[in-house]
Amino acid sequence: MNPEIVDANEAVAAVAHLVSEVIAIYPITPASSMGEHADQWSARGHVNLWGAVPDVIEMQSEAGAAGALHGAVLRGAMATTFTASQGLLLMLPEMFKIAGELTPTVIHVAARSVATHALSIFGDHSDVMAARSTGFTMLCAGGVQEAADMAAVAHAVTLETRVPVLHFFDGFRTSHELNTVRVPDADVLRAMVSDDRISEHRLRGLDPDRPVLRGSAQNPDVFFQAREACTPFHAAVPAAVQEAMDRFAGLTGRQYHLVDYHGTPDADRVIVVMGSGAGAVREAVDAMNAAGERVGVLALRLYRPFPTRELLGALPPSVRTVVVLDRCKEPGAPFEPLHLDVLSAMWHSEADAWVDGVRPRVIGGRYGLSSKEFTPAMVKAVFDEALADAPKNPFTIGIVDDVSNTSLVWDPTFRTDHAKVRAVFYGLGSDGTVGANKNTAKIIGGNTDMSVQAYFVYDSKKSGSTTVSHVRVDEQPIDSSYLIDQATFVGVHQWNLLETLDVLGVAAPGATVLLNAPYPADQVWDRLSADVQQQMLDKGVRVFTIDAASVARGAGLGGRINTVMQTCFFYLSGVLPQEEALRELKDAIKKSYGARGDVVVERNIAAVDQSLAHLHELPLGASITSTRHRRPAVPAEAPDFVQRVTARMLAGEGDLLPVSALPPDGAFATATSQWEKRTIATEIPIWEPDLCIDCGKCAIVCPHAAIRMKVYEPAELESVGVEIKTKDFRSREVPGMKLTIQVAPDDCTGCGVCVQACPAHDKSSVKRKSINMQPIGEHLDEECVAWDAFLRVESADPAQWDPASVKTSQLRRPLFEFSGACAGCGETPYLKLLTQLFGDHTLIANATGCSSIYGGNLPTTPYAVDDDGRGPAWANSLFEDNAEFGLGIRLGFEAQRRTALGLVERLRPQLESAMGADALASLLDGVDDNGEVPIREQRVRVDALRAALRDLDDADARRLLDLAGTLVRKSVWIVGGDGWAYDIGAGGLDHVLGSGRNVNILVLDTEVYSNTGGQASKATPRGAVAKFAAGGKGIMKKDLGLEAMTYGDVYVARVALGASDVQTVKALLEAEAWPGVSLVIAYSTCIAHGFEMSRSMTQQKLAVQSGHWPLYRYRPSGEGDAHPFQLDSAEPSVDYAEFASSEARFGMLARSNPDRSKELVDLARTDVATRYEYYRQLADVQRSAPGHASDTTIADSEDGQ
Amino acid sequence: MTDLTTRYLGLELRSPLVASAGPLTGDPSMWERLEQAGAGAVVLPSLFEEQIEHESFAASFAAEHGADMHGEATSYLPDLPLGEVGPARHLGLVEQACERLSIPVIASLNGTSPGGWVRYAKHLADAGAAAIELNLYDVVVDPEVTSADIERRYVELVEEVRAEVSVPLAVKIGPWFTALGNFAVRLQAAGADGLVLFNRLYQPDIDLDHLSVVPRLTLSSSSESRLPLHWIANLRGALQCSLAATTGVHDGADALKLLLVGADVVMTTSALLRHGPEHLQAMERFMRDWMHEREYDSVDELRGSVSRENVPDPQVYERANYYHVLHSWAPAPRR
Repeated sequence: MNPEIVDANEAVAAVAHLVSEVIAIYPITPASSMGEHADQWSARGHVNLWGAVPDVIEMQSEAGAAGALHGAVLRGAMATTFTASQGLLLMLPEMFKIAGELTPTVIHVAARSVATHALSIFGDHSDVMAARSTGFTMLCAGGVQEAADMAAVAHAVTLETRVPVLHFFDGFRTSHELNTVRVPDADVLRAMVSDDRISEHRLRGLDPDRPVLRGSAQNPDVFFQAREACTPFHAAVPAAVQEAMDRFAGLTGRQYHLVDYHGTPDADRVIVVMGSGAGAVREAVDAMNAAGERVGVLALRLYRPFPTRELLGALPPSVRTVVVLDRCKEPGAPFEPLHLDVLSAMWHSEADAWVDGVRPRVIGGRYGLSSKEFTPAMVKAVFDEALADAPKNPFTIGIVDDVSNTSLVWDPTFRTDHAKVRAVFYGLGSDGTVGANKNTAKIIGGNTDMSVQAYFVYDSKKSGSTTVSHVRVDEQPIDSSYLIDQATFVGVHQWNLLETLDVLGVAAPGATVLLNAPYPADQVWDRLSADVQQQMLDKGVRVFTIDAASVARGAGLGGRINTVMQTCFFYLSGVLPQEEALRELKDAIKKSYGARGDVVVERNIAAVDQSLAHLHELPLGASITSTRHRRPAVPAEAPDFVQRVTARMLAGEGDLLPVSALPPDGAFATATSQWEKRTIATEIPIWEPDLCIDCGKCAIVCPHAAIRMKVYEPAELESVGVEIKTKDFRSREVPGMKLTIQVAPDDCTGCGVCVQACPAHDKSSVKRKSINMQPIGEHLDEECVAWDAFLRVESADPAQWDPASVKTSQLRRPLFEFSGACAGCGETPYLKLLTQLFGDHTLIANATGCSSIYGGNLPTTPYAVDDDGRGPAWANSLFEDNAEFGLGIRLGFEAQRRTALGLVERLRPQLESAMGADALASLLDGVDDNGEVPIREQRVRVDALRAALRDLDDADARRLLDLAGTLVRKSVWIVGGDGWAYDIGAGGLDHVLGSGRNVNILVLDTEVYSNTGGQASKATPRGAVAKFAAGGKGIMKKDLGLEAMTYGDVYVARVALGASDVQTVKALLEAEAWPGVSLVIAYSTCIAHGFEMSRSMTQQKLAVQSGHWPLYRYRPSGEGDAHPFQLDSAEPSVDYAEFASSEARFGMLARSNPDRSKELVDLARTDVATRYEYYRQLADVQRSAPGHASDTTIADSEDGQ
Repeated sequence: MTDLTTRYLGLELRSPLVASAGPLTGDPSMWERLEQAGAGAVVLPSLFEEQIEHESFAASFAAEHGADMHGEATSYLPDLPLGEVGPARHLGLVEQACERLSIPVIASLNGTSPGGWVRYAKHLADAGAAAIELNLYDVVVDPEVTSADIERRYVELVEEVRAEVSVPLAVKIGPWFTALGNFAVRLQAAGADGLVLFNRLYQPDIDLDHLSVVPRLTLSSSSESRLPLHWIANLRGALQCSLAATTGVHDGADALKLLLVGADVVMTTSALLRHGPEHLQAMERFMRDWMHEREYDSVDELRGSVSRENVPDPQVYERANYYHVLHSWAPAPRR
């Protein structure tokens, strides 16, 4: 086994793939890549120990994966799965069954927070702790090597004991950390898993040749006894685990125990901890013991069955205080689960087993929730607390809890990180920094005897995201399970980050700093802010500078600066002798890029050769020459909460916010994205009024609401105080108005979709459009001023015109703006349009996925409010329940309205007297009025009602006052992606489709699980590759619209904004107006399709023209001669292959497996022709919507309540 | 029996009818049909250096597209082996064709860089090609570049490839050279064993609905064979190297005319795409009948018999139709 540089997910998947016949998977962060690796290996024909290619199957949910797993193992196959967080929770019912049936299997879990007040993708133990009662053996790995090794132990142990194993390791910190690892190979695994046990397992499998019955139903007479019958099997687990660990040690030299103690044998304080946190604790223990203290750490590997005897045996008798650290929170419990387990273990110990004959006291606390940093400094604070006579118990460490005062104070200057090279790199997601650092880790790990660790931190944006890479190199193995805060090398790969983040804060005194500066070296010092200059002088750093983009361009690499910066790192960091470093780098380039052809290799090698000639040491000025300071995270006019809280998060200081700063229930103010000025575009669209035809297409397609359109009275131009571009608005209805189209320059991502969509050309030069991308540097200042002025322009009331047009929809203010979605995102224009049409009276239930991340991932919120403070009320529940969740919101609203109407009836005499009978009748008539003007008028009536109620001294009046808002129309929009609608949420969605209730469903169909990185869903089209469908999707996409039409009373539309914005607007308006269930399926181009996203809308058009995405509307009608189905797109006019060849998702299969690609594209061509013909026939079908019987649950009761 | 054999680039061909580079010769399922239909040789589609570069960048795009931008998604496309990026697939095609066919297989190459021409020509020769056709085609739009620069570059390129590969070299050129005769002689001196006249190039069209430029390459018609006919007639006497006529060869009559003016082989693509490989049989039949009727025993006999040097009035090629039209009412001047 040679060392490899891999993360835990890859190492664990490698083990699991070798010992499995069936692998049932489903994507969930941070476990997805385990399934992706397994799927790709099977697609490439990699075999398991028995020479067969494991069957990797993606299911519709984790519940489905667990069901398939259950079936496979009950049949006697070797099977596994991977999951995390909510996914594990969905598996729980099956887990009870699998364990109850004593069926061997392993579930590998990258442990992650369970969503509570908020979702978090990061690591803690709240998910695995929820599984502790399932009967599974639970094995915990504390680092990448351990995860690889425990995976092997787990698969061996489950066969030995028949008890299934949940093997877990910390999400992200371990699952995504690259480290120097020896992955157990086939020989080791063959020696670990017993052929005899496998044979027994197979023979127990369901087989009609020797039939048995599993899953009987039992009665009170025997269930209890039968449940107890498994006890000996569980009791045998600890010994079997230790035996497997010993056998593993014999094979690999790596010895593990159920609990491993590290520290002085006469410790007076011992921390008990599971997972990666043990790494930080071990470092602190060593440092403290070296300083004369007496401390130790007990890392727990077997959690269930709880190894009471081994734990007590491993604790030094000298210990006075045992401190248990839990990486989860169980509100209401006396203590957290591990703490309780240790307390119970201690109860079993005899007092005389301890020095002085006194059982040690046990205290505990919470740390590291959602990957919160956990450092040796924090460990020291915990040990210090253990000396106190009355320590906090339970405590928290790593935060400031100024509400319940549980937190311990730590001294951040206590540091134990002695890795020889500690490098931190700041980059952008798009610049290749992370990829380069992964490559660096592999070069060092693969070519030296040194150990390497690389860990990557991403912000929550999908466009213009900042990445921070932490790379350690040392002679010794590295298990520092925390971020670097004293870097010997800091690489700043993007100049702009010097303006927004404290990038030099991590630099140790005397560190080497490498700046990618787009300026000549002799200008760099003066261009730095005063803050950065001061830090450089204070820390005495050596600064080197290179214009990496220019070097990369010179080498033919476009904007990819990764090779240039990597070269400079190797040259400057001293991690390898310089010549050797460059040689190794070039070799690595040949290996890494060889598969991409000679030209890519040659250009990267040219970049290496040219880099050093352009690298300059920056002589530090003797004094601060700059008068400029880093710009504040938010402008001064931002609201108080944004100033106090959001701004800290934006500045990367969220860790410093105390508990009191945050809402206890997860409710956040909307409309905060407007304060986050990211300025991430390199080019922005500039409007040419003389060419504009007022069509509004640029605005409707803008994924970030960064292009706005206003129509206004000419007098407004004078009132705003500065000159803004304007033109006459062409309108018969409102003559004499002016029009301005304006970009929000700091919020634009520069995706270019607007320019592609603009249909207006200069007659003399077709390349000049009415809107053109221009370098931001030439326009930023001017456009910022113009944007501010534009916001001050009072818009004419667009309700004067018919709202059912593209143009007038864009005169409404978007109530979804400046999200962190990918540049060119195909989903967000639909959401923006929805908020423009209905945002002031809409509740949104949003399934987990891309739309919940760019819609609700802090720091800022893109859902916004209008001038009256109204806007979408948004909530995300789960991934799997969104349709039901949205229906529940609707039910809640309707229930409140019924109550309100009942109260109106009770108060009718008083209200008629106060308001007048006609006014009250109008109010009651208007409760479901639709449309901008009718809703406004109803609000006026409701205001009158409120005024009347305030004058009434009556309990019912006070109650009605609370509920009066329900007398104005409210819409519920249920929003989610195809992963939700086609797969995990399909059952619930179907139920809601059949409910007849007035909810609207918007499916943003990207044809993959976009948020987790492009895994196949049932919406993935035939012929496309996707993760989990690396061999190309062989079956046709599910026709969700047809399914919905079977109910007959569901409004269904299939839209593609880039193909027909008119049809899209119509469909949304019709869906909103339909009083039953409406389903709008929106084609959403996605980065996972594999094309330049500036073509987002033109690609949608091509999809429609090729028949890939036919447009239609199914409008149910009670009329006897109704023809509800209307086909809105023409017969395919573009060959399917032309569409397919324009996207990498199809094109990759053409390269990797040309024969299959051709076969699938040919089938897909037939699919689209057949489907179009079917739809054409549907358009002729006469069908009347089924009538509805009144539902007893919503019938008015006799007294009107 | 009429002898149709001919020599082209030093290769003995059983027929002067050659299937030229195009979609048909790129389809392995067509190879045997072409051979059985009587093709004297096949020219495989060009290995385009530009295409190889494009594939390289496409592979990079697939690998880097959206990579490492977000904690939940370190990539958006699966990590697939995209097959060999580079010439291997094309070279495999050449190897396979050479193995399966008994008629000569001529490889074609269109390079973009000086090193690329030589590198890929060597690869093609190593793959077993009987000869290599250098497809000199680029659109020179830089006003600073002179026609002399271009001709010099092309000649040097042929010299460089000649120095590195030993298989016969044909050079395929377009008709747009001011002094084509001089250029052709220089190419021959640089080491070309034959010239292929002429390239048919991509010509853009305009979409009136969208005011956009769209690529168009339509199938040729017989009338287009007049241009190679004209130049082969003119060059035959000045060149010792082989001459291949291509463009507009649709039937046996077209082929005969081109042979009569001096072509050693005639190449056809469009007619085979329209009518299938078996169209070669019809062409051959026509040629044989015509030759038989006129008692030509071999292609050697008729080749070049109506070239400029062998016609009584060479000016008919020098001024051609323009002259004729202007003076059709007057007797032709004697030379």
